[in-house]
Amino acid sequence: MPRIVVEVMPKPEILDPQGKAIASALPHLGFQDFSAVRQGKRFELSVDGEVTDEALAQARKAAEEMLSNPVIEDVVDVRVEDA
Amino acid sequence: MTETPLIGEYSSSPDGTALDGARIGVVTFPGTLDDRDAARAVRLGGGTAVPLWHADDTLSDVDAVVIPGGFSYGDYLRAGAISRFAPLMSRITEAATADSGSPLPVLGICNGFQILTEAHLLPGSMIKNDHLKFRCADQVLRVENTSTAWTSQFTQDELITVPLKNQDGQYVADEDTLTRLEGEGLVAFRYVGSNPNGSRHDIAGVTNARGNVVGLMPHPEHAVEAGYGSDDSTGMRNGTDGLTVFTSIISSLAGSHSEGGAL
Repeated sequence: MPRIVVEVMPKPEILDPQGKAIASALPHLGFQDFSAVRQGKRFELSVDGEVTDEALAQARKAAEEMLSNPVIEDVVDVRVEDA
Repeated sequence: MTETPLIGEYSSSPDGTALDGARIGVVTFPGTLDDRDAARAVRLGGGTAVPLWHADDTLSDVDAVVIPGGFSYGDYLRAGAISRFAPLMSRITEAATADSGSPLPVLGICNGFQILTEAHLLPGSMIKNDHLKFRCADQVLRVENTSTAWTSQFTQDELITVPLKNQDGQYVADEDTLTRLEGEGLVAFRYVGSNPNGSRHDIAGVTNARGNVVGLMPHPEHAVEAGYGSDDSTGMRNGTDGLTVFTSIISSLAGSHSEGGAL
């Protein structure tokens, strides 16, 4: 069953408090190589049958109007994946 | 059930029936927590609280609406993001943005403020507190705009203390929006003392340009009754600074009614 994957990230200029907390916790577990972390969201939209251009267009619209808030987030990717 | 105020007699206004007629809707979504406190604050302020359910498709002839705090839809997706699509929110948005001379006054408190930003009735958005902790404490605010429907009874730059309780309380907006808010005097409430959550420009609450839609993160409805409010100089829990928000809307409605000759 194919699905459309939407990825949303906090805007670069918005401080990401969750990412910052993760970054400061990583060294405590021995992960020393990472200087920063940003946490985003991944949505998987399942489609019955083939992913049509219409479905992909709807996914892009949903990503802009509902799955993300343009004040604080960017839609960084909308793509088709085979599950 | 009749709720009797413990302090004072608030059941009728001293100067007649005009104020008693004000019907203030209080919206309940799945996950709303503070609707009963908000309804009680409306009654203590002299209005009639009208319960509104998120799935309703009518505003039941209310004169104003309070969207209370809580965790509507469990804050799924983003705080306030799902609530925006409730049928009642469409009616509220239509009435609040109507071209008429008296658009519907709407107050969003905490999660209600988040819902109003998601519904594009107010600018900006809220993200997690910069310290990532849930913060619950009395908070001093400065009332910087007293021309809105919900702040008309405050004096300019009045300092008030009301409870603040949230995790996603950091107000953010882009620089252009912040410049516009400051330039047009649309910051209604500002944090005084330490900034409790990293909000841009210490902003605690904003209004739209017409002054009918106001949102704030702290909770005026939790400081309306001596014995159950914020701590103040007269004793623990004696603060009732929040009550002025609810007397302001009654006064504003009475003013607009008398101007329109409706009463």
